Amino acid sequence: MKRSRISKIKRSKGTFIFDTINTAFMILICFLCIYPIWYVIVNSFNDAKDAMMGGIYWWPRMFSLDNYTTVFEDSSVLQAFKVTIGKTLIGTSLNVFFTAMVAYPLSKNNLVGRKWYMAMGTVTLFFGGGIIPVFIMFKKLYLLNNFLVYIIPAAFNFFNLLIFINFYREIPSALEESARIDGASDWKIFMKIIIPLSKPVLATIALFAGVGQWNDWFGGLMFMTTRTDLEPIQTYLYRMVAQVGSSQVAGSISASNITASDTTSTSIKLATMVITTLPICCVYPFLQKYFVKGMMVGAVKE
Amino acid sequence: MTDGGFSMAKTTATLKTVQKIGFKNTMRKWWGQKYLQFMVLPGIIWMFVFNYIPMGGIVIAFKKYKITKPISEAPWVALKYFKEFFNDSNFGDVLTNTLGISILKLLIGFPLPILFALLVNEIRGIKFKKISQTLSYLPHFLSWVVLGGILTTWLAKDGVINDFLVAINILKEPISFLGGPQYFWGLALISDSWKELGWAAIIYLAAIAGVDQQLYEAATVDGATKIQKIIYITLPSITGTIAIMLILQVSTLLNTNFDQMMILKNQINVSRSQVIDTYVYQVGMQMGKYSYATAVNLFRSVIALFLLLISNKTCKKLLGRSLY
Repeated sequence: MKRSRISKIKRSKGTFIFDTINTAFMILICFLCIYPIWYVIVNSFNDAKDAMMGGIYWWPRMFSLDNYTTVFEDSSVLQAFKVTIGKTLIGTSLNVFFTAMVAYPLSKNNLVGRKWYMAMGTVTLFFGGGIIPVFIMFKKLYLLNNFLVYIIPAAFNFFNLLIFINFYREIPSALEESARIDGASDWKIFMKIIIPLSKPVLATIALFAGVGQWNDWFGGLMFMTTRTDLEPIQTYLYRMVAQVGSSQVAGSISASNITASDTTSTSIKLATMVITTLPICCVYPFLQKYFVKGMMVGAVKE
Repeated sequence: MTDGGFSMAKTTATLKTVQKIGFKNTMRKWWGQKYLQFMVLPGIIWMFVFNYIPMGGIVIAFKKYKITKPISEAPWVALKYFKEFFNDSNFGDVLTNTLGISILKLLIGFPLPILFALLVNEIRGIKFKKISQTLSYLPHFLSWVVLGGILTTWLAKDGVINDFLVAINILKEPISFLGGPQYFWGLALISDSWKELGWAAIIYLAAIAGVDQQLYEAATVDGATKIQKIIYITLPSITGTIAIMLILQVSTLLNTNFDQMMILKNQINVSRSQVIDTYVYQVGMQMGKYSYATAVNLFRSVIALFLLLISNKTCKKLLGRSLY
């Protein structure tokens, strides 16, 4: 009797210690995840020349909106933003619709040739030609220096297709059958029944594809060999980061060697980083329950 | 003899008819689902054009290709470019860096999300649990460019990291982290782990959520501690998921994170930051040696494929689980 009581107290004490350490650890992780963003936001609202001196950790030292005005007055930055918004909107909607459409027939086991189609797709998950053959082919297809290079090669994704297939299989077949008895074609069933029922998975894939488009910088670097006006904002930012990175490594910046162009590029860098990051930060928490499910289905397939 | 020949001819004839009927039936069935077939077809064409034609383009690894002339006109050179790569002075560095960074990510980066998932699962308050999960996904959605912008500032001599380390007396003098090749592998590991920690834990959290609660209740009755429950119930229950993730990770030993490497790499740390992927890009796109770069990439892809097959087989044997 006595012993069990002692062990109970001990156990709860152990649990208490564990919980405390765990909570502290989680708070640390949360802080580490959010602080870099906070740091950029705070610095972006600070005077650029002053921000370059460093030391701004929690709150702006010299509050200023100049960084944002610089961005919105720079026509090449605005152009890059337009490209990013355009390719994200068009590319994402095409990718989601096209992948959803191709996935629907492949979710049916009686589809003639299904095995072949799936094998053909699975190979692409594990083997590819690599960037050089892709570059050569895009050149032949006149996709270089062409806005469509952001859209057509990104219109389909086999991994996302697997997520769609797994979702479609959970839709009760009675719904499709009743529509078929009413004389609906497969196309009509897809458009009128499957698509409206697939909102969660459509949202998940839209998030994946959208973030991919929004954050992609390499496409612009690789495929816009002459038309820099068709570069998205991330490529623009990459050029700045790479430039500043090498100069920062070469020698630390002091007040005496800051030039006007350094200040402008820092302004643009800070403000652009915030502008490109905030939309995603605002969107993803609301789609969380969908993409968590989507990730699960995609990873543990069938 | 004649009898046998006759019956054989007959069987072939029947087989042919069966095949014919089979083919006809398939065609009829195909036509019966023409809407479905027309919905798949664009996807197949897309994959053919954007996945399979570039795979065919790999032949230039065995040819002396120039961008001005079509591939068919390029002369064959057999394994010349592969030999050139193996004798290249960069070969050792590139391979060491690729494997070194990947193995670090496998040994240290791989278990971290599992540990994180186990700890998240033990959080008492539901709201706090939700908030920490949500925040832990945040870095995954940042682009490497933005992250690179932050890191180059932070890791500079007058950056946040140095300020902090000097302030708490770990460092006597600030270090230029990105300017020192010896720090690069560690930086690659830490920045990647930070970015993907929460995201990679999703899978494990889902697996943990599927564990039978009665097991925990029974263990509580038997007087098991929290740590014991984690070791004897939770971990064994998610072994299958861990195994699948491990196969995937092993199969990518030769692909490092291209975005990350491109952004953190610079002239000074290049001896420790040049990996196969960035080397292919540099040699192919910046120096225009298309055939050579394709050969290097093919070398990587083939080994990666073998790694996948081997790790999948090992997993099947040891755990009875496999990827496909």
